Amino acid sequence: MYVAMQRIRRFEEAIAESSSAREFKGPTHLYIGQEAVAAGVCTALEKGDYVFGGHRSHGHYLAKGGSMRGLAAEIFVRETGCSKGRGGSMHLTAPEIGLLGTSALVGGGMGPGVGTALASVLLGRDHVTAIFFGDGAIEEGIFSESLNFASLKKLPVIFICENNLYASHLPLGVRQPQPELFKHAEPYGLPGLRIDGNDAVEVYRTAASAVERARAGEGPTMLECMTYRWRGHVGPSYDLEYDIRTREELDSWIARDPIERLAGRMAETGVMTEAERARIDTQVQDDVDDSMSFARKSPFPEVKDLLKYVYKD
Amino acid sequence: MSTRTSVRPQVAVRELDYGSAINEAFTQLLEGDETVLLIGQGLYSPWYVGSSMVALEKKFGTARVVDTPVSENGVTGIAIGAAMAGMHPVVIHPRMDFMVLATDQILNQAAKAHYMFGGAINVPMVVRGIINRGGEQAAQHSQALQSYYMHIPGLKVVMPSTAYDAKGLLISSVYDGNPVIYIDDRWLYSQRDPVPEELYTVPIGKGAVRRKGKHVTIVATSYMNVEALAAAVSLAEEGIEAEVIDPRTLKPLDEDLICDSVARTGHLVIADAAWRSCGAAAEIAAMVAERAFGALKAPIARVTLAEAPAPSSSPLEKAYYPWAADVVEAVRRTVHYS
Repeated sequence: MYVAMQRIRRFEEAIAESSSAREFKGPTHLYIGQEAVAAGVCTALEKGDYVFGGHRSHGHYLAKGGSMRGLAAEIFVRETGCSKGRGGSMHLTAPEIGLLGTSALVGGGMGPGVGTALASVLLGRDHVTAIFFGDGAIEEGIFSESLNFASLKKLPVIFICENNLYASHLPLGVRQPQPELFKHAEPYGLPGLRIDGNDAVEVYRTAASAVERARAGEGPTMLECMTYRWRGHVGPSYDLEYDIRTREELDSWIARDPIERLAGRMAETGVMTEAERARIDTQVQDDVDDSMSFARKSPFPEVKDLLKYVYKD
Repeated sequence: MSTRTSVRPQVAVRELDYGSAINEAFTQLLEGDETVLLIGQGLYSPWYVGSSMVALEKKFGTARVVDTPVSENGVTGIAIGAAMAGMHPVVIHPRMDFMVLATDQILNQAAKAHYMFGGAINVPMVVRGIINRGGEQAAQHSQALQSYYMHIPGLKVVMPSTAYDAKGLLISSVYDGNPVIYIDDRWLYSQRDPVPEELYTVPIGKGAVRRKGKHVTIVATSYMNVEALAAAVSLAEEGIEAEVIDPRTLKPLDEDLICDSVARTGHLVIADAAWRSCGAAAEIAAMVAERAFGALKAPIARVTLAEAPAPSSSPLEKAYYPWAADVVEAVRRTVHYS
């Protein structure tokens, strides 16, 4: 999990720099600060299990095992990207690891995610589907529709609400009358649990139980993972230049850095020495540098292919 | 339909009505392919979908023939996910008006996936929208929204008008590999037609000439073929030989078939029981104006709905919907134009 989290962190730091340098124009929604959620959940999944995400899904893609080169090239909108430069940062795909496609519509992965779980049951496959969404998605109709159907049919789904307290610029308190989002699960007859989303071990353990329950045919679970995105809604800025959130609030969450927490725990228990950590970090940085250089060197799609892929032949 | 001529091969086959032809297609698809899934509202209802869905859940079980909660958007999204995972779902919306609630999933997810993910993902899904007009059902139980979906790259739109095409186009749509909007009008359900007993396909994107003629081309969509063919009979009595073309697929449109006909007749009337503004008739007219302007001897005429929501009251309803007499009138106007 440490490697997975560090890969997300270092990769996105590199992307933030490239974005500031205007190496690409498209919107990137950074996941820095939330890494423990993606890493904890995806560690509990098998390769064939499905993952759905949204506009902020670099972390889900990497944690599930997607190619870093393919991700970098997609953000740079090159032909070698995972979506061949047609999707950009918000539209990632890696069907070989069960990530069929991420959607920019809030809650856009929820219906299709439940659909893959229905297919798994009908076709007798043993896959589970993990659907990541933010606190804003709770406000969408598709949230109710998806939970209702998944629970009714006891489908193998894990609904993972990453509550980072903001939908774009708007804090939770001005959007929802009651802040305990996990309680939305109960009326639909599925368990809802609130956990510390910055504690990778807690996320992993909880997700593993939910996955086991789903695979056993006992139905879906909803997890509310309390976390925080360090960067602003979109792009590399911290959104401190606007009247949205305070320096103090941001600092209090940086002090709860999920990566340092896990690393500290691993050091205490002797699972990872300083030297091992340094070696891992160097390897991760090499991979990040390689992916960025791959993206920069890759060609853009050709204009003659503008209409390619509108329809499947 | 004794007045109809056909370009189909003349083999002796039994007749079926339109609703039963759809039912037979579903039955054979479910029998032969475990990836076929029917999902939507009203599937077990005795009144929603006429004969077209009767008893399917009894034969194939409620796991693959799923009457759902009242969640058009969610259920359409679920079908998209099932399609991405290798199934061939058909989503049923027994009132096309309610299908608008699923617009997000159809337009933002299904239509975009193959392009947005660089061809790595496709959505082999059919969305069946049923036009359920008339009978004083008013404005929210009557809409024909084909042009809504024609506008969207990534979608295909079919509107069969015969029992033969209803079965063949449904099977083609299920195996097309793309999201296909399949629209049937309940006024067609009693149409009877020779329908082969086996599985067969009608190609998407190919229209059919329903009646040959040399003076005017009438392009009619869906149920308007019934009215156009009746109009052609009465026009023949006054010496006007109308060619009736059923595009069958509205996107992609069989442009060549229409333009070749207009090149011979020089006159075009388009009958589509939907609104005029940005409608299917507008699209066909624009296409012909671009591709075959030189062949036209008179302005193109459109026979469409009144630009209003559907009324409930019967006399207003009768005035609202286009009939054979409206087609006759439009043909006279264009043929006698000077």
